[in-house]
Amino acid sequence: MSKISLDLRGLLCPLPVIRVQDKIKTLESGDQLEVTCTDPGVMHDIPTWCRINGHSVLSSSRSDYEFVLNLQVGGADRG
Amino acid sequence: MSNKRKAVALISGGLDSLLAAKVIQEQGVHVEGINFFTGFCVEGHTHAIRKKDKAKPKRNNALWVAEQLNMKLHIIDVIDEYKSVLFNPKHGYGANMNPCLDCKVFMVSKAKQWAEENGFDFIITGEVVGQRPMSQRKDTMPVISRESGADDLLMRPLCAKNLPETLPEREGWVNRDELFDFSGRTRKPQMALAEQYGFKDYATPAGGCCFLTDKSYSEKLVDLWKYRGSKEYELDDIMLLKVGRHIRPGGDYKLIVAREEGESRFLQGYKKGFTWLQVMSHGGPLTLVEGKIKEEELPFAASLVARFSQGRDADKVTVKCVRDGEETIFDVKPLPPYEIPEAWYV
Ligand code: SF4
Repeated sequence: MSKISLDLRGLLCPLPVIRVQDKIKTLESGDQLEVTCTDPGVMHDIPTWCRINGHSVLSSSRSDYEFVLNLQVGGADRG
Repeated sequence: MSNKRKAVALISGGLDSLLAAKVIQEQGVHVEGINFFTGFCVEGHTHAIRKKDKAKPKRNNALWVAEQLNMKLHIIDVIDEYKSVLFNPKHGYGANMNPCLDCKVFMVSKAKQWAEENGFDFIITGEVVGQRPMSQRKDTMPVISRESGADDLLMRPLCAKNLPETLPEREGWVNRDELFDFSGRTRKPQMALAEQYGFKDYATPAGGCCFLTDKSYSEKLVDLWKYRGSKEYELDDIMLLKVGRHIRPGGDYKLIVAREEGESRFLQGYKKGFTWLQVMSHGGPLTLVEGKIKEEELPFAASLVARFSQGRDADKVTVKCVRDGEETIFDVKPLPPYEIPEAWYV
C-alpha cells in the first residue's frame, strides 16, 4: 500500500475532483491519497465523487483557507 | 459475466440529462455519466471565489445527479481541446459567444470515443427537440448525430419518439414504446416526470450551462482577444474574466479590481505573474494589471485604484505597486467618478 499526496491549492472545482479522479486511476486498491485544496467546494465534491465511485474518505480537516482530505482507493472496479 | 448493455450519458447537471439517464436505467441498461469541463462551466466557481455567495449551499450538480442515480460519473478535462471549438465554430455562435451546436458535436464525439475505449454500447443525452434555439432544433439534432460520428448510436430518450429509430431501439436493447416525445420550450413534461420518479431539488439553470451564454462574460472574452490580437487563452485568463471589475483605460492594459474580500483573496494567487496595486493607507481591493502598462501610466492607474478604496473621498491615498518584483509607492488623489467613463468598463 502506498501513500501519496497531491497539492491542489489554487484550483477551483471541479478541477480538484478531476485531478483526484485521474490520480486514483493510477493507484491500487487500498492505496491512500492525501489532497490539500483551497476551494471549500472540495469538502462537498470530493466526498460525493468518492461515494459514487466506491472510494472512502478516511478523514478531512480544515484550517482558515486550506482543506485536507485523506482518501482510500476502493475495490478493483475503480472510477 | 453479465450481458447487460451499457450506455454513457452526457450529464450537465440539469434536469433533462438526469431524466434521460434515469429513463434508460429503468430499462435495465447499465448507465454511467460523463461530464466535460471546458473551463467555462458555471459550476461553483463564482461561489468559490465570492465571499457573499458562501452562505448558499454549493454543490456540483453533475455529481449530485450521479448520486441520485447511483451511477458513476467521469469528469473529463477538455480545456485545451475545447479551444478549437470556440475559436472557429463551423456553425457559428449563439446570442453571445456560445458555440452551442459545435460544442454539442464536440462533446458527443468525445463521448463516443470514451464509449469505444471503455466498452460501452451507446450514448444518451437529455436533448429535447425545440428546447434551445441553436443546438436543440429538429434540423440540428441530426447534424449532431452525423458530425460527431455517433450516428444512430446517439439516443435522446426524452424526445426519441420524434426522431428516427436508433440502433439500441432497433436491436431491442431499449424499448422505444417506453421512451418519450417531448418537444418545445415547455418544461412541464420534464417536471411531471421528475415528480413521478421522486426527484426534488434538481438544478434549474436559466440560459445555458456555461459562461459563454452570458453577455457580460462574452464581452470580456471578446475584449481580451481584441487586445491580444489573437483568439488565444489559457485557463487562468478565462478564470480571471469571472472575477472583479474589468476596467480598460487604455489600449494596452486592463485593471482587474476585486469587488470584495473573497475576490481579493482569489487574485492573491495571481500576484506572481502580474503587476499589481494595493491601497496601503485605507482598506481597498487588490488590483491586477493585465497586459502592458508603461511606467508613466502607473500613477494614473494608482489614482483609479484609489477610487475603489475606502479612501475614495480622501485628498491623499497611498498605493503600493509591484512590477517585476520592484515596489513603488505612490501618493495620489483618487480619481473622481465622473473621470471614469462608462466605456472603460469592459
Ligand atoms: S451553453 Fe455552453 S456548454 Fe452548453 S452547449 Fe452551449 S456552449 Fe456548450
